[in-house]
Amino acid sequence: MAKSAQSRAAKSGGDSTPEEILTYYRDMLLIRRFEEKAGQLYGMGLIGGFCHLYIGQEAVVVGMQAAAEQGDTVITSYRDHGHMLACGMDAKGVMAELTGRRGGYSKGKGGSMHMFSREKGFYGGHGIVGSQVPLGTGLGFAHSYREDGKVTMCYLGDGAINQGQVYESFNMAALWKLPVVYVIENNKYAMGTSVQRSSAGTELYKRGVAYGIPGERVDGMDVMSVRKTGAAALAHAREGKGPFILEMMTYRYRGHSMSDPAKYRSKEEVAKMRQEHDPIDRLREYILSNKVADEAKLKDIDREIKDIVSAATEFAQQSPEPDPSELWTDVLLEA
Amino acid sequence: MSAIETTYREALRQALIDAMNEDPDIVVLGEEVGLYGGAYGVTKGLIDQFGPERILDTPISEAAIVGAAVGAAMSGLRPVAELMYVDFVGIVMDQLANQAAKIRYMFGGQIGVPMVLRSQGGTGRSAAAQHSQSLEAWMAHVPGLRLAMPATVNDAYHLLRHALTLPDPVVFLEHKGLYVQKGTLDTAQPDAPWGKAVVRRAGHDLTIVTYSKMLLESLAAAEQLAAQGVSAEVIDLRTLNPLDEETVANSVRRTHRAMVVTEAHLTGGFSAELSARIHESCFDHLEEPVARVAGEDIPIPVSPPLERNAVPNAQLITETGLWLVQRKAPAWAL
Repeated sequence: MAKSAQSRAAKSGGDSTPEEILTYYRDMLLIRRFEEKAGQLYGMGLIGGFCHLYIGQEAVVVGMQAAAEQGDTVITSYRDHGHMLACGMDAKGVMAELTGRRGGYSKGKGGSMHMFSREKGFYGGHGIVGSQVPLGTGLGFAHSYREDGKVTMCYLGDGAINQGQVYESFNMAALWKLPVVYVIENNKYAMGTSVQRSSAGTELYKRGVAYGIPGERVDGMDVMSVRKTGAAALAHAREGKGPFILEMMTYRYRGHSMSDPAKYRSKEEVAKMRQEHDPIDRLREYILSNKVADEAKLKDIDREIKDIVSAATEFAQQSPEPDPSELWTDVLLEA
Repeated sequence: MSAIETTYREALRQALIDAMNEDPDIVVLGEEVGLYGGAYGVTKGLIDQFGPERILDTPISEAAIVGAAVGAAMSGLRPVAELMYVDFVGIVMDQLANQAAKIRYMFGGQIGVPMVLRSQGGTGRSAAAQHSQSLEAWMAHVPGLRLAMPATVNDAYHLLRHALTLPDPVVFLEHKGLYVQKGTLDTAQPDAPWGKAVVRRAGHDLTIVTYSKMLLESLAAAEQLAAQGVSAEVIDLRTLNPLDEETVANSVRRTHRAMVVTEAHLTGGFSAELSARIHESCFDHLEEPVARVAGEDIPIPVSPPLERNAVPNAQLITETGLWLVQRKAPAWAL
């Protein structure tokens, strides 16, 4: 890890307890190992269709969840496995949905992009770029209407930020002072088109300026920074001051989806990010150098994660295919 | 409450008021629904009664209006989103077809979207090509959406009340030419259960299947047909989803002749769906192929005489009925 990154991480460690820091480590590692396994299963033909891996971006959602309160709600687009795991959804149910099985969160009807858990406050899992942003705004409206003091974290990518619906939502959220934190995960590429090639004005955190929505750019490869800035943004929204925009500077190591030829970026660029900015390596360094825990403790966590992912993989392969009768259920309830 | 004489517009307004009084989770959002009172006056005065927290004037942002309604509905509220003209549905089709309609299925039945999208369409007010369409086929094509199209004052009230109890998204299409229509409202007595078609006029020579404002033209035509010795049965579908095929088939098997009347364009319209289904279910009973009387395949013009000829009217329905039953062709067709 680069020295500068290490010192930044150390500085932003702030008020997290050792237990919390280990939880961040554990949650990021769970996402990483889960996604690696999902990639393997895809390669083996056990997962079909779309599969958008979150590897490299783990610090974003883990940091935000670390800052969130019980009862806050989360909505995102299709690169959603990490969000579900960070929200506390069961790895078995997520993996079994990837394999399209009966034990999956959506009973094999939704797949990688479409899962949901009311209990965990996760509202999907949506496939149309940008379409989740009005939905997230509506979730925020519901919090506001009920005066329950909760906040919606509405995730979108650097590609979605150029969709018109997003600005309609920003305007509405600012007008009605809705408790929504819009989290832009800027992983630098909308599918294969870089931010520079798609956005006139690449400071995406400023996209709310016209509506008076404050924005901040965050090192999305550093879970501590994400948690700290995320906490401030959530507090702003929770206090009734209206929406907040966070631009998480992050990076996905893998392709947009499993069929991505990756001709739009160099291998060197990816390697440099992995070597110098990896969020898990960075936190690991921090944990060891600050004696938050020792190697043995981290090994225990590694083993725990390995077991969870193995069990999820096993479950996702053993769970039966959906019953043929499921084809016609869940379209509409009886009128 | 006993039956009262009122208008289609007032019946809709009363339905919203009664539903909102019963269910605090109902909120109304849309362009001009509050202070202005609704472009066609349906929500007039509601903001005074329920306050700006429940009657929300929105920016002109249809996609976000419907999207926010979907999101709020996912979390358990029951929003009524108003789309001022159904012609704007292209702007919201993503939220409607990809989100509202799919959420129950793609999340394995764990969650529904209990919202109502109210809108209005149709001709009759010289509103021209972008404000006069009948686009129900677009939404009828999407599994996961309910679709109601009331024609009468009593249905305006009861179908909206029922829509506001359903667990799934309902597209509720009013007709701009019906708002001032007078009729009897009995808040205690719906014409029929939700999802059931109603035989508005009984007959034995011919079945006319229709909905929304074309019910009025069809009933007028049935009167003219009666004067010429043809007894037409007129069926009002009331909802296109659910679709009551049984009532239609039972009638056609008795009359042996069927005509479908819609204001919407002929090509790819709901009239084609109805015609196909009648052929499939009643083929052996039909004396003639099902006739379709539908809107011309042209944009709606502004000039009143042109506009009138862009959609069916009682005379055309009568002429088609005489052809079906008596093989009597209208003078213009000879």
